[in-house]
Amino acid sequence: MTTTQQRSDKKNTSKSLFNLRKLKAIGMALSLFTLSSASLVANAQEEIGYPEKEELKFGFIKLTDMAPLAVAYEKGYFEDEGLYVTLEAQANWKVLLDRVITGGLDGAHMLAGQPLGATIGYGTEAHIMTAFSMDLNGNGITVSNEVWAKMKKNIPHENGKPVHPIKADALAPVIEEYKQAGKPFNMGMVFPVSTHNYELRYWLAAGGIHPGYYAPHKGDTSGQIDAQALLSVTPPPQMPSTMEAGTIYGYCVGEPWNQQAVFKGIGVPVITDYQIWKNNPEKVFGVSSEWQEKYPNTHIRVVKAMIRAAMWLDENNNANRPEAVKILAKSSYVGADADVIANSMTGTFEFEKGDKREIPDFNVFFRHHATYPYYSDAIWYLTQMRRWGQISEQKSDDWYVDIAKKVYRPDIYTKAAKALIAEGKAKASDFPDFANESGFKPPQSEFIDNITFDGTKPNAYLDSFPIGMKSDDKI
Amino acid sequence: MSSQTIVKLMTNKLPSNVGSNVIFATLNNMLLPIVGILLFIGLWSMVASSIDTSLGKFPGPKAVYEQTLTLYDEHRAQSEKETAFYERQEKRNADRVAKDPTYVPKTRAFTGAPTFFDQIWTSLYTVSVGFLLASIIAVPLGIVCGLSKSAYAAINPLIQLFKPVSPLAWLPLVTMIVSAVYVSDDPMFAKSFVTSAVTVALCCLWPTLINTAVGVSSIDKDLVNVSRVLRLNTVTHIQKIVLPSSIPMIFTGLRLSLGIGWMVLIAAEMLAQNPGLGKFVWDEFQNGSSNSLARIMVAVLTIGLIGFLLDRLMLAVQKKVSWDKTQVLR
Repeated sequence: MTTTQQRSDKKNTSKSLFNLRKLKAIGMALSLFTLSSASLVANAQEEIGYPEKEELKFGFIKLTDMAPLAVAYEKGYFEDEGLYVTLEAQANWKVLLDRVITGGLDGAHMLAGQPLGATIGYGTEAHIMTAFSMDLNGNGITVSNEVWAKMKKNIPHENGKPVHPIKADALAPVIEEYKQAGKPFNMGMVFPVSTHNYELRYWLAAGGIHPGYYAPHKGDTSGQIDAQALLSVTPPPQMPSTMEAGTIYGYCVGEPWNQQAVFKGIGVPVITDYQIWKNNPEKVFGVSSEWQEKYPNTHIRVVKAMIRAAMWLDENNNANRPEAVKILAKSSYVGADADVIANSMTGTFEFEKGDKREIPDFNVFFRHHATYPYYSDAIWYLTQMRRWGQISEQKSDDWYVDIAKKVYRPDIYTKAAKALIAEGKAKASDFPDFANESGFKPPQSEFIDNITFDGTKPNAYLDSFPIGMKSDDKI
Repeated sequence: MSSQTIVKLMTNKLPSNVGSNVIFATLNNMLLPIVGILLFIGLWSMVASSIDTSLGKFPGPKAVYEQTLTLYDEHRAQSEKETAFYERQEKRNADRVAKDPTYVPKTRAFTGAPTFFDQIWTSLYTVSVGFLLASIIAVPLGIVCGLSKSAYAAINPLIQLFKPVSPLAWLPLVTMIVSAVYVSDDPMFAKSFVTSAVTVALCCLWPTLINTAVGVSSIDKDLVNVSRVLRLNTVTHIQKIVLPSSIPMIFTGLRLSLGIGWMVLIAAEMLAQNPGLGKFVWDEFQNGSSNSLARIMVAVLTIGLIGFLLDRLMLAVQKKVSWDKTQVLR
């Protein structure tokens, strides 16, 4: 527990001092901004008031993981909360973030790194927060046909099919070949603080390929210092056409843009993020802190509607997914062909044409407590920002926890979930045990390089990587 | 109408020939455009079937026709959803009033995504506002420039400097200025609408301005002298002499402006993601579904058709207000 929080807790009722253990448990789940542990317990029993703002506009990027928003709209869950929501596709992640900051949007489907990046001032600085994690997994890395043909020779085969997961070791000789020919090896990702950037970097670095450092204190935000593979930003829907044009040789993006490459026959997905880090947190629903302060009830109600949507998406072993695919295929949502979307949404993933494999957890919206905003998820993103130099100097372990608590708001989520339980729309067993949830997942080791991540020890985690900045490294 | 026909119509004045020539002329008038269109459609479907894109074959006339129907169906379906939305809302409002009598029910606008036809409407509305805005500025300014040589000398460099600027260069500046200046809690217009309209206005200012200035400065000297002899004051001079004689030129400028405005608007909507036909085209491109190209083609034809109709509309107005009815306008 941080010193700031201890101080704020001390200021609170003397009653809570008697029950130190209870205080600690709740305190971990609380952010710096909630009033007191005592008032939370009282609030949870209260009915949530009417929304302060009823007409809302949410932004999204055309990706299948925006599904909770589309479902909450189409199934009337927003209206059940008295919210009249308009969903609007945005051109790219930067426009989306800027519009949430300036108030043009009330909230948006965001990359998990965006609220964190904005809050610590990487890129546009603004206090953005999230109380709802939208999904787990759902991304893939695709390379062009030409690169695949060269890579394939380095991949062990079994029964005529490549052995998965494919490591970047197979790509390293190809990059070397391009380097000898004097051609820079360009790859696309969707945003500097995107999951995709960190996943692509993680995969490359795990295979011994250096993806390059950022040096924001020197004004270098290209992220290509010392790079063997040069990563740059391309908006998700434009990935396939940019690769087709030959500007990039591969990319990391969410669905349906990997499957689109298979359908169009312009590239081959080599790995999904599920294989890079099993059940990694992906998109979040972000709002600005001013918005949260002005419309607290509205926010809880939005989260309620989205929890119901996520439950619907995963219900009865993905039984509703075909219907979800139909919704997403509408041109105002994702708009790609239904069979392209269905490829990944219904539990399978097509790699090389014809090599369709079962990945039932490729898109997880609710299982495994997918929607709960864990502090440890936030800390993983922060460690990657440090690893690649976006955070230019060493930070203490406490700093990581402080930022995570400032941005991730399980307290709001908890209120929404408890309200749903009280209304009989959800079961308590569907959620983490709120009274004892610390917000930190137990150490996870299901990464492609088998390095263990413990959210409580970010600096030790950073030191365990062969490639990447550690301790007080500086460029 | 081919030039040959015009010549024939003008030279053949013998009454005995009139009947057959009129038939010939109408035949030409009707037939040739149809032949042209048919040839185009034939060529299009031939070429289309041989172009393979990564989104499938390039859409031929048939695919485009089918998508037009689909777009219409989608519009119908959305209208039904809209009706259901208002019914649900009414019920919800009534429930809340029953629970909390102090609540004043409010009807909120439909939250569904705009359909193709909604987008057409938005674009038309935006272009008219931008065009009107530009005309209100450009016509008076053009008259001043035409009347006074010194005013013209002062303004001319600015006209020459800004005239060739593409709307895409203006757009970021306009966007930032609008979001900084146009701040209100309950805005009458959406910011995106203001941005589009202002961009359109900036680009369709120039043809009107220049043509008005030229029209005003080239008024028949005799008329100007008459005005001098009668000692008309400035306002009457403008009303009675300047405006009537420069109207053909002003309208030439307005017609050019409207054409430019329509082109600019589509580009601005595409780039700024402002609602309208341009956004429709961009969204479809982003979607990359197998129907996307056909849907874009529907939009392209619609944009062309509307541009054509707008031009005809201006032409009709121009013919009506022009004093010289013998002038050939086309």
